[in-house]
Amino acid sequence: MIDHLPILQVIVPLLAAPICLILREAQLVRWFTLIASVLAFVISVLLLQQVQAHGTLIYSLGGWEAPIGIEYRIDQLNAYLLILVTSISSVALLAAGTSLHKELTERKETYFYVAYLLCLAGLLGILTTGDAFNVFVFLEISSLASYTMIAMGRDRRALWASYQYLIMGTIGATFILIGIGMMYIMTGTLNMYDLAERLPEVQQTKTVFTAFAFFMVGVCLKLALFPLHLWLPNAYAYAPSIATVFLAATATKVAIYVLLRFIFSVYGFEFSFSHLPLQEILVALGLMGIFAASIVAIYQNNVKRLFAYSSVAQIGYMILGLGIGSKTGLVATLLHLFNHALMKGAIFLALAGVVYRVGSVNLKAFAGLGKQMPWTMAAIVVGGLSLIGVPLTVGFVSKWYLVLALLESNWWPIAILVLLGSLLAVIYVWRLVEVAYFRPAMQDSAPYKEAPLMILIPTWILVLANIYFGIDTSFTVGLSEQISGSLFGVAK
Amino acid sequence: MLMGVYSLLSASFFVLMDAVDVAFTEAAVGAGISTILMLTVLAMAGRFENRALHHPRIALFVVIGTGIMLVYGTFDMPAFGDANAPVQTHVAPHYIQQSADEIDIPNIVTSVLASYRGFDTFGEVVVVFAAVIGVLALLEMKSGEASNELAPAPMYQHKILRIVGKILIPPIMLFALYVQFHGEYGPGGGFQAGVIFSAAIILHAILFGVEKTQKAISLPIVKILAALGVLIYGSVGIVAMLNGGNFLDYNALAENDITGQHVGIIVIELGVGITVATAMMVIFLTFARRVGKANGETA
Repeated sequence: MIDHLPILQVIVPLLAAPICLILREAQLVRWFTLIASVLAFVISVLLLQQVQAHGTLIYSLGGWEAPIGIEYRIDQLNAYLLILVTSISSVALLAAGTSLHKELTERKETYFYVAYLLCLAGLLGILTTGDAFNVFVFLEISSLASYTMIAMGRDRRALWASYQYLIMGTIGATFILIGIGMMYIMTGTLNMYDLAERLPEVQQTKTVFTAFAFFMVGVCLKLALFPLHLWLPNAYAYAPSIATVFLAATATKVAIYVLLRFIFSVYGFEFSFSHLPLQEILVALGLMGIFAASIVAIYQNNVKRLFAYSSVAQIGYMILGLGIGSKTGLVATLLHLFNHALMKGAIFLALAGVVYRVGSVNLKAFAGLGKQMPWTMAAIVVGGLSLIGVPLTVGFVSKWYLVLALLESNWWPIAILVLLGSLLAVIYVWRLVEVAYFRPAMQDSAPYKEAPLMILIPTWILVLANIYFGIDTSFTVGLSEQISGSLFGVAK
Repeated sequence: MLMGVYSLLSASFFVLMDAVDVAFTEAAVGAGISTILMLTVLAMAGRFENRALHHPRIALFVVIGTGIMLVYGTFDMPAFGDANAPVQTHVAPHYIQQSADEIDIPNIVTSVLASYRGFDTFGEVVVVFAAVIGVLALLEMKSGEASNELAPAPMYQHKILRIVGKILIPPIMLFALYVQFHGEYGPGGGFQAGVIFSAAIILHAILFGVEKTQKAISLPIVKILAALGVLIYGSVGIVAMLNGGNFLDYNALAENDITGQHVGIIVIELGVGITVATAMMVIFLTFARRVGKANGETA
């Protein structure tokens, strides 16, 4: 079975989805989904062990060797992200039953789980594959499923948000497809590693240049890089809470993986960073994203939207790290990828608890919650501190590496800007803390109870992970450094 | 309507470019089903557009920019039909030369789709399935909700249409089955067959009313069939794995490699056909019931 791990990683959730539709009963489906997701998590851990022990794993689908057929290729970068996606998905599912039961009708719950599994399988498929067109196919699966999940939000505006995302996402996917098509025209292959070998020959042509441009824009739309982020805040704000947790923590991260994979493994670092002003563009957009989105976040009254804008800002940090173009910069990006998933996972799960009890995530509704729901609010505070980058949280670790990378390259003005950006995070987190802890509860409502345990436990798993990985950084930093080294090794 | 014309024209283009399979799909899906679905949606929506609230200048600018980039990208492309283009010289020769030995079916397109890149096709079937889930999740109504049972179908009065329709429906279904099982020899396969088959059902629904169609095929069962199609495809892969091959390695399905390939391709095409056909039916029927409801509310 060990040989089949790469494909099992994807088909376990993929085949679980249609089975769920046949099972129908929401309770049954819920457990089944959880089991599939946990299985996927176990597989991803085993995969990382395999990769650490034996190096890159290659699996040819249908028994056809690439480039004739499609192959799965898993190295440390893939394994790292696979663990991230499957673990967050499993933790979110722990809370799903309770939270969804409140937010959706029973009939819709089943569909939600099916869409959730499809989305999970799609993301895992993107992460495992070594074939450019296969990336597109699985991108479509995950996107369609996530549009569905978002549209199921209780608020009518969820439909509009989902539609907006659908249009933007489809444009992104089409751009990616155009890029892949042009690469295929120039090289005659769709396999990523075959592409990497054959692209240098035709590197100077206008077609390859255009392909690269289209691909990059398409992926940047998917990962909500400023100013292509317009779909994200509404989508996160109005989706069902569990969908927000899952998508905020994983979907954009997977898009960043695609970006990294194509920049480093397919086009190669040399091409990506020398033929185009990509470095300047990434740094500029990253910085603009940090500031613009943080400032907008300060003025939000819907707390889910507030943290959604903060996500756009955090993506700015990741892109900035990538834009530095050094090993340490890449380490910072990879760390922030993982750490941001933990922070936002924790925060949005805690918000799911608030939605469950209070029914609203408006800032006003938070008045007095500090006393009424102490555990939930404490979780949000720790997550917020982590966003700011306070020592002993994961946020500190990734910011530390980012600043380190900037100083290494003697970009100290930008390092100062990054620190300023963190101050903006202080402001928007403080606004929430002030309302929750220092404003008295509204008189007319009965005091709210603490969030149910089934939501609180997963939330605190992620909160503790925030602190644990903030203190013991050997797993994340060690792995990130290895990955960064190997990606730059490929580039040379 | 223009979209239908556009699809039909592009289908003819594909024929000119010797891509008969693609043309077939485009004709069935683009010109056929999409137009019908589009019209169904129009029947649901209002008659006039709301007045636009913003001027799409920026959008126009972006579109023109994209267009210029696309044209720029074509400058260094190999000429159309160039025998030395990388597309013709790298992977394609293997498909053309080895397909007969390795898979032994006359239609190379089918062998690429179903075997060499079978996993992509699996992914596409799942995409169709995901679309079904999306439609069901957002539009499905409880069985009691649609109460237009007694209302006659809008087309029922047209005697000619009704009779011609009755004559045509069985041959359309037969033709779908022919396309399904003939995919290895001529253009065709599960996708096209599924769409054609569902076209027959949809024609029935348009002519005789959705309720009558639903007496023949029940939505819950069709839903399960949609899931089953995906499972059939996936289980071929699993069986191959249990027999010691990789996922979707049809060689492992039978003693003889070629037989294994044939069995694998026929079974997965069946899975594709079932999912696509049922998916189209589910989408149309859920849409159509909404139309019935919307009309009932306005009346």
